[in-house]
Amino acid sequence: MKDNIFLKIDGLAAGYGRKLLIEDISLELEKGQILTLIGPNGSGKSTILKTITRQLKAIDGIVTIDGSDIFRMHSKELARQMSVVLTQRIETELMTCRDVVAMGRYPYTDYFGRLSDEDNRIVESSLKRVHALELADVSFNEISDGQRQRIMLARAICQQPDVMILDEPTSYLDIRHKVILLDILRNMSHEDGITVIMSLHEIDLAGKISDMLMCVDENHTVRLGTAREIFANDTIQKLYGIEGGSYDAVTGGVELAKPCGRPDILVIGGNGSGIPVYRKLQRKGIPFYAGVLYENDIDYRVAKALAADVISQKAFMPVSKDTEEKAYEVLNRVSAVVDCGCEHGEYDRINTELLKEAVRLGKKYNDIGSIERMW
Amino acid sequence: MEKKRIIRYGAAFISLAVLFVIILIASINTGSVHISVMEIINILLKRTGEEAAAYSIIWKIRLPRLLMAAVLGGALALSGYLMQTFFRNPIAGPYVLGISSGAKMVLAVVTIIWSGHIASMPVSLNVLTSFAGSMLCMLFVLFFAGKVKSMATLLVVGVMIGNICSAVTDFMINFANEAQIVNLTHWSLGTFSGASWPNLKVASVLILVTFILTFLTAKPMSAYQLGEDYAKSMGINIKIFRIILITLASMLSACVTAFAGPIAFVGIAVPHITKLLFGTAKPIVMIPAVTMCGSIFCMACDLIARTALAPSELSIGTVTSVIGAPIVIWLMVGRKHER
Repeated sequence: MKDNIFLKIDGLAAGYGRKLLIEDISLELEKGQILTLIGPNGSGKSTILKTITRQLKAIDGIVTIDGSDIFRMHSKELARQMSVVLTQRIETELMTCRDVVAMGRYPYTDYFGRLSDEDNRIVESSLKRVHALELADVSFNEISDGQRQRIMLARAICQQPDVMILDEPTSYLDIRHKVILLDILRNMSHEDGITVIMSLHEIDLAGKISDMLMCVDENHTVRLGTAREIFANDTIQKLYGIEGGSYDAVTGGVELAKPCGRPDILVIGGNGSGIPVYRKLQRKGIPFYAGVLYENDIDYRVAKALAADVISQKAFMPVSKDTEEKAYEVLNRVSAVVDCGCEHGEYDRINTELLKEAVRLGKKYNDIGSIERMW
Repeated sequence: MEKKRIIRYGAAFISLAVLFVIILIASINTGSVHISVMEIINILLKRTGEEAAAYSIIWKIRLPRLLMAAVLGGALALSGYLMQTFFRNPIAGPYVLGISSGAKMVLAVVTIIWSGHIASMPVSLNVLTSFAGSMLCMLFVLFFAGKVKSMATLLVVGVMIGNICSAVTDFMINFANEAQIVNLTHWSLGTFSGASWPNLKVASVLILVTFILTFLTAKPMSAYQLGEDYAKSMGINIKIFRIILITLASMLSACVTAFAGPIAFVGIAVPHITKLLFGTAKPIVMIPAVTMCGSIFCMACDLIARTALAPSELSIGTVTSVIGAPIVIWLMVGRKHER
């Protein structure tokens, strides 16, 4: 066993009341690591988090922070070790952001909650940590969702925890604020050694920020692993039960379902020129072939998700005979070829030749609009 | 920033104290018998002129009534503030939620069974009965509050409970004898008249104790303002805290009803005026501030009740309603676009 384990979950079973929802969760985290829970709505991510924060009673198992069992800890003691950022939006009255953040000092202040100079200093540095010093004296009710979430994070930091639990901290935030928030989290865990457990909806971001991922699926089974392990093959697509559409674990892109039917169009793209055309055809529900693409072409991943079939070539290899044959076969079968306007060069001469052939056969079009007018 | 705040709080508290003294003297001064300010000061501080009529008027009639208004007004406002904190609802208060009416109902029933005057009942029984009635209604409101979250619905539930209790009270009054009817009807509208030194002593002690207990909960209360889940994560035992909060609020409201009948809207209007005045909702400031404002508000309202249509007297509830109800309406309208 590793001896730098800081947080340990052993055989945890969670649920509401006596109703068991998830069982047998075991994992170990080092100080300053980030664990992210992903999975569809209703899978039980929140249940797990609520159990760890003791909002729900654990049905079985133990959770230890630095060796001490949190389920047996006095709530005031736990408050000094663990802080939370919750999904629910708080409503405040006449409170400045500084006041909200200062509430994080609660477990440390005296009987009447007076802040010492040291407390005030910590409030200040927590505000700085989330880049919100300029918001300090603004009313909490007047700031945007993104700013609010940062202030709530500052409050949690101000509690000086060893472990921080965040339930979907990026919901309601626009992409810019999502990135800012996760950036702060990353720095916080690195520099202050705060261990983070959170749930996220943004799978791509989860993969980028986390040291470890926990997938919770609809049947409430749990799978643990690094981003690499989890994103291999179609785990994510299965996890969320995406039918029809697809999720690309490498780019984090989501594509809608591909059009069905027998394709009658060949799209010749490459170097990104194909993507808008594929998407347009998908929207109109017209099935198509995509051709000839190298497997490391940016168009390839989208084509793979949307085209009925992709004529492709392994990266860094000359175009093989098989591929060439297949391309001409398709060209002869379809009644239209769309040229996406990509500049083809030495290594994909095949595309240039295919287009020449298409012109000869009178099948070449430069955009989808003209095909539609034909029909 | 912190300094600015402390100055503001200090200034507000001092203004309240000055206002308190002014209203106190003005109230003692006003009435069918005119007594000059010099005379008042002499009588109050030097206790001179014991044989004069003014002395009796001040010490036996005006002063106990005034102080009763001050003590109960403070309690009522504090009770309202606690309920608003508890329900996270700016228009919660003992009267609006029907708690006062519940106390009134049980008190009326017991009085009639006791077949005497309210004043003739032992004070302890009075308070106890009123507390029982308050808690009874509070439990009803809590039950509904758990089912419906909307602020307006809670208000409707409270008003309905209040109406039912008032109806039962009216119904019971039919079984009372004539002397009781006059007494009960007068009391059920709310009044500070008939305050006596012994009653004032009991009320003061009870309310002082409750006030101190409330003040001791200021810290968890501030955490509770962020929501239950956050409060819990900071180490507060929410269940126990909620029970304490609601018991304190009911106790305060019960005291008021036992001694002066149900008094409308003070519990809502005063906390809001106080928040505007102090620019904060922090319990540690609000608890004493709301109590002071409540005292002043009720003393002023009692002054109006006594003088507006002199020599006949308005019930205190009438005056507080005229002032308080518009504030509630303003709050309802103002809150709408905040959501």
